[in-house]
Amino acid sequence: MEIGLGHYLTVAAILFTLGIFGIFLNRKNVIIILMSIEMMLLAVNLNLVAFSVYLHDLVGQVFSMIILTVAAAEAAIGLAILVVYFRNRGSIRVEDINMMRG
Amino acid sequence: MIVQVLAFYLFSAILVASGVMVISARNPVHSVLYLILAFFQAAGLCVLMGAEFLAMILVIVYVGAVAVLFLFVVMMLDINFRELRQGAAQYMPFGALLGLVLLAELAVVFGAWVVAPAANQVLGAPTPAIEQVNNTRALGQLIYTHYAYLFQASGIVLLIAMMGAIVLTLRRREGVRKQDISAQLARRREETMAIRKVPTGEGV
Amino acid sequence: MEVLVVFLPLLAFLIAGSLSLFAYGHNGAPKGAAAHGHGHDHGHHDHHHDAHGHDDHGHDDHGHDDHHPAAPADWRDRTAQVVTCGAVVLAAVMSWILFFQVTGHGGTPRTIELFRWMKSGTLDVFWALRVDQLTAVMLVVVNTVSACVHVYSVGYMADDPNKPRFQAYLSFFTFCMLMLVTADNFVQMFFGWEGVGVASYLLINFWYEKPSANNAAMKAFLVNRVGDFGFALGIFSVFVLTGSLQFDVAFAKAPELVGKTLHFLSWDFDALTIACLLLFVGAMGKSAQLGLHTWLPDAMEGPTPVSALIHAATMVTAGVFMVCRLSPLFEYAPAALQVVTVVGAFTAFVAATIGFTQFDIKRVIAYSTMSQLGYMFFAAGVSAYDAAMFHLFTHAFFKALLFLGAGSVIHALHHEQDMRNMGGVWKKIPVTYALMWIGNLALAGLPIFAGFYSKDMILEAAFAANSPVGMLAFWLGISAALMTAFYSWRLLIMSFHGAPRMPKKVFEHAHESPLVMLVPLFVLGAGAVLSGILFADRFIGHHRADFWGKSIFVLPAHDSIEAAHHYLPGWVGTLPIIVGLIGIALAYLLYLLLPRLPGAIASTFSGVHAFLYNKWYFDELYDWAFVRPARWLGHGLWKGGDGALIDGVGPDGLAAATQNVAAKASRMQSGYVYHYAFAMVIGVVTLVVWLSLFG
Repeated sequence: MEIGLGHYLTVAAILFTLGIFGIFLNRKNVIIILMSIEMMLLAVNLNLVAFSVYLHDLVGQVFSMIILTVAAAEAAIGLAILVVYFRNRGSIRVEDINMMRG
Repeated sequence: MIVQVLAFYLFSAILVASGVMVISARNPVHSVLYLILAFFQAAGLCVLMGAEFLAMILVIVYVGAVAVLFLFVVMMLDINFRELRQGAAQYMPFGALLGLVLLAELAVVFGAWVVAPAANQVLGAPTPAIEQVNNTRALGQLIYTHYAYLFQASGIVLLIAMMGAIVLTLRRREGVRKQDISAQLARRREETMAIRKVPTGEGV
Repeated sequence: MEVLVVFLPLLAFLIAGSLSLFAYGHNGAPKGAAAHGHGHDHGHHDHHHDAHGHDDHGHDDHGHDDHHPAAPADWRDRTAQVVTCGAVVLAAVMSWILFFQVTGHGGTPRTIELFRWMKSGTLDVFWALRVDQLTAVMLVVVNTVSACVHVYSVGYMADDPNKPRFQAYLSFFTFCMLMLVTADNFVQMFFGWEGVGVASYLLINFWYEKPSANNAAMKAFLVNRVGDFGFALGIFSVFVLTGSLQFDVAFAKAPELVGKTLHFLSWDFDALTIACLLLFVGAMGKSAQLGLHTWLPDAMEGPTPVSALIHAATMVTAGVFMVCRLSPLFEYAPAALQVVTVVGAFTAFVAATIGFTQFDIKRVIAYSTMSQLGYMFFAAGVSAYDAAMFHLFTHAFFKALLFLGAGSVIHALHHEQDMRNMGGVWKKIPVTYALMWIGNLALAGLPIFAGFYSKDMILEAAFAANSPVGMLAFWLGISAALMTAFYSWRLLIMSFHGAPRMPKKVFEHAHESPLVMLVPLFVLGAGAVLSGILFADRFIGHHRADFWGKSIFVLPAHDSIEAAHHYLPGWVGTLPIIVGLIGIALAYLLYLLLPRLPGAIASTFSGVHAFLYNKWYFDELYDWAFVRPARWLGHGLWKGGDGALIDGVGPDGLAAATQNVAAKASRMQSGYVYHYAFAMVIGVVTLVVWLSLFG
């Protein structure tokens, strides 16, 4: 059985969905959210690489590298915010972060 | 061929499993470790596809930097993982439905999707044959010529992110005594010494 | 000169008015630049500290002038007084000159056009001064009485801190009245009409801190307003019928309009009758005829000079003047004339019945005014316009004399107005006493004095009109004459004769009025005595056609005065004199010789007495019929319409609904990021589903 494009795409899709689940199904702490975002970005990366390979186009991989960069930067900033938030509020429980309540 | 298939299914299975564990592990440190595992599997998949540079980059950057950062933060924050609320149950059915819908959509899209026959005319950067140029060299040749600006821009993004992280989290502690070399060097004799005539036998 | 006559009072008003706006220095004066003394008037509050006690004012039911320390006249007061009196006296002199120029054989009536007022479509209205014979008579009346009142007020209001304001208002009133009588078209007359209404309001309410004065002024203005509404509708109908508001044009068209009908709400009305009836409603309001009369007695809240000027001689006669001026219209509407006669006759009668139960000296004279106005109207109703105007002329003199004389009495007895607290002062204020005698003799219509000629003429004309309404008017007029004589002498006797019923100190302090108040009384007294003899022939005698020229129009068939001159049984002429003497004798009997009798009669016929004393319960009737429903309606609209409907459903309701919805919507902002992320994901999924199904 030949591993085709579809297989990789399926795997990426499942990973993406898991990431989405992680965002709104978690009740524990905010770090899970950040990790879920990383998972989603990973899924996207996989998608891009798969396409790049099967279309014989290197641009996909370049794009994937850029996304990687951005993901790293975003993770750093997100964690920095989290740290500062924790310093001020003392907890990163998801239920406690409702200061934007309207 | 069979090795490839087996490898693919192995990597994919562990990837999905560790993804599930990331979001459902009780201990956040475990979540991070599962995330690292997931990254490794993804890297393996990339190697399988022939994009080895990206796989290595994935490991170095994602695992080596991002995941480690996660680990640092998880351990730094005093997270009491013993109290977890079972509030997820109320959203589970709807969330599951939503996820399934999403999955189905993705499947529909990917299943019915065909590559346009003329697609290979609009390739942004045709991959050179693997016998002539290896993946890293090919990527290098592309990045530093056509996408140099993007590359620099992403560098700046990283710089900004680094500055942002420092600005956000840096705190100055009050009352910390540090050496101020320039102040020390700028000391004058008048401020430090005073000559007093002291009669013999008495103190100052 | 005509322009000067009309506009000098306006100038005086502007000068005196501006003077009254500026702050005063001495105690008791209005401070600040608030218009016309809206600031706190300390003078009126000082009466608490007055040495004179207030126990002598036991029956203070009608507001008296408050005690205040005499405010010495400063340069502002003097200037205002001199300017206003000078202007009006000058105008009076010029009016007499004009009178002799315009009336009589070889007279030259004229119209002086000033400038255009408005032109809109077919409506073209000018400001013009029409000085014809009718106007000339009114000019003389208005200006002479006004001049006397202006001069009199200098003395009467000497204690009042607001002299310039008073003088200014008097001049303003004079100006408006002059505009009314010199009007060349309906709109200008309406301008003057409204102006005198405003002036009346301002003057009745002169002591504006008194709530009774406030109420009286509002009542006067509101009742007048009802009349004005009728007047305005009358003007509209005249315009609809004749296409012009100028008197000459409208009068010229009047004969053609006989028999025409106005269609309104599926009924057809005789056009001229309707127009004249509506115009008469206006006259009813202004001249306090039965139905719209309730304001006149209460208008006595104003100072006495005001009552003399406005509510005796001039403003209330504006209605009579209007009917006479519009005689060309009324002559062609016999039904309207009959209504005028009936209303006038009943007014004369009812007012006289109320008059002889009242105790306030000013109210008695006010009801007598109302009664005499009734006379004038029923004279006009039987087409004896000349007689009506003549009675207006003489009545102005002797009624103003009576009012100012009463003012003199009030002044002498320290602002006592209740006749039950007067008496026995005829020796102390002999001049006033004599002048009051003259006035009352003229009022009662005894020979030689002015009223004899005019009143008799009216009664004869009513008799000679040979119509049912004329007869009714005649007999009601005769009974009113009896009652008039009776209550006039009742007034004289109660005020001047008998044992003094006021506190001893007041009796001792009673003194004659100063010369500045007496001279106008002399002038008016001369008028009361002489105006009849000197002018009767001109106004109503055989030379009256020459005198009036074209200003009054009488159809030959209606000419009751002519009939009265020729076809009258002898007793008709003497009956009024006899009746008058009977009235005087009765008064002497009841009040001097048998002083206990009036009280006994009153208690025996207590029901009738109460009915008459309470003014035939008109006020109560109006309160029940109009005031209560209006209040109820207003209350309902306020609570229900405004409150529940507009506030509830409208702005407040909308606001509440908005807040409600917003509160519900804001619950979406839970503050939890994962909720927001969830929402985003839902959005994405929905979008993709939508696009894949319908895209």
